[in-house]
Amino acid sequence: MREKIRAIIESNLKIFDSDVEFSDDDHIFRKGFVDSLFAVKLLAYLEQEFNIKIGNEDLNIENFHSVNKIISFVESKQ
Amino acid sequence: MSGNMREAVVKCVIWDLDNTIWDGTLLEDDTVTLKPRMREVLDELDRRGILHSIASRNDYDDAMARLQEFGIADYFLYPEIRWDAKSQSVRNIQKNLNIAFDTLLFLDDQPFERDEVAATHEGVWCLDSSRYLDILDHPRLNPRYITHDSALRRRMYQSDIVRRKQEEEFVGPKESFLRELGMVLEIAEAQEDDLIRAEELTFRTNQLNATGETYSVESLDAMRKDGHHKILVCELTDKYGSYGKIGLAVLEIEHGVWNLNLLLFSCRVMSAGVGSIFLAFLRNAARDHGIRLTADFRDTGRNRMMRIAYMVAGFSEKEQHDDGTTLLENDLTDVPVIPDYCKIISKVSWSIL
Repeated sequence: MREKIRAIIESNLKIFDSDVEFSDDDHIFRKGFVDSLFAVKLLAYLEQEFNIKIGNEDLNIENFHSVNKIISFVESKQ
Repeated sequence: MSGNMREAVVKCVIWDLDNTIWDGTLLEDDTVTLKPRMREVLDELDRRGILHSIASRNDYDDAMARLQEFGIADYFLYPEIRWDAKSQSVRNIQKNLNIAFDTLLFLDDQPFERDEVAATHEGVWCLDSSRYLDILDHPRLNPRYITHDSALRRRMYQSDIVRRKQEEEFVGPKESFLRELGMVLEIAEAQEDDLIRAEELTFRTNQLNATGETYSVESLDAMRKDGHHKILVCELTDKYGSYGKIGLAVLEIEHGVWNLNLLLFSCRVMSAGVGSIFLAFLRNAARDHGIRLTADFRDTGRNRMMRIAYMVAGFSEKEQHDDGTTLLENDLTDVPVIPDYCKIISKVSWSIL
């Protein structure tokens, strides 16, 4: 799961720079790596790939702002 | 018809060519002639801000040459002239224009083609093209108002096509491309002559629309003057020209709280990230004035994207109301800087606070 989530973030980086490295705890939105259009894509991907349903009540940035946060969120839904 | 709150206005008419736009079949007949009053119909809808496109099974170059000869080629955006199923053409047009299926009208003389599109895309209005003169009077093709922006809509989309082409050809990160565009977002309090456009936006905008609530010119004007609302309009410009007035916020101001009763942005500016930039602007202003910032959200079944934009901008659920709206509140601790690819010109006076 970690690899898949990192991969979708990496393929959508706004800042395309070979020097850009992000850790599994980096706040991907605050650092400007990705934007809200990416968030739309990410949520659709998570729902489909991990067969979960993300309701409006789940839409809190705390659930999605880093690789580790996303993983715990998905696990809590499975 | 669908059970929407309102039947969507038609934003784009998709035309077949043979025996629809013109009499005759390009492949078989030596000459084809434009249907009576066709130019007038195209021009009138264009003036109303309704776009045109084409779904035709023909040779692209031949058909385009004929449209050029008739002097009407320029009306059509993203023409799909190819041998594939028309449902595929309709899908491509929908994708390129980034508008909902239920805002599309498909005109074709062949029942088979209409049925094929209707069976694939629920919501597309499929009509026998012999009725092309009647559509001018249909309510779904008569927007409540024709604004300055309506008459320019096609040209604004044509600039979008140029932009998109440039973006595709651009090598490098998206952010550098955005920087090249030289975007300027002007945020101003609505003036009297903005109100018609503001009302129009509340009727036309579906995806990036926080509540789906529609507002009349009169109600907007009343709020503008009542001392505890601000009606903010956003205009975006870049090196290819203006996108027009593409954003609207109805801000209610009381007891040290600003509440976004409504926030919407035209889907044309989605990829520019303008909604997030506007929210960053507002969060900065709220924080600087020591004021709480909240927002109403109502799930309309089509606006999840707006809910996600609110989430990314640091809004989270505070309370659910019985009327189906949710109150969101912003955590003003982590306000981002405005990205340097977009310049903001603010004409908003916060002095009444």
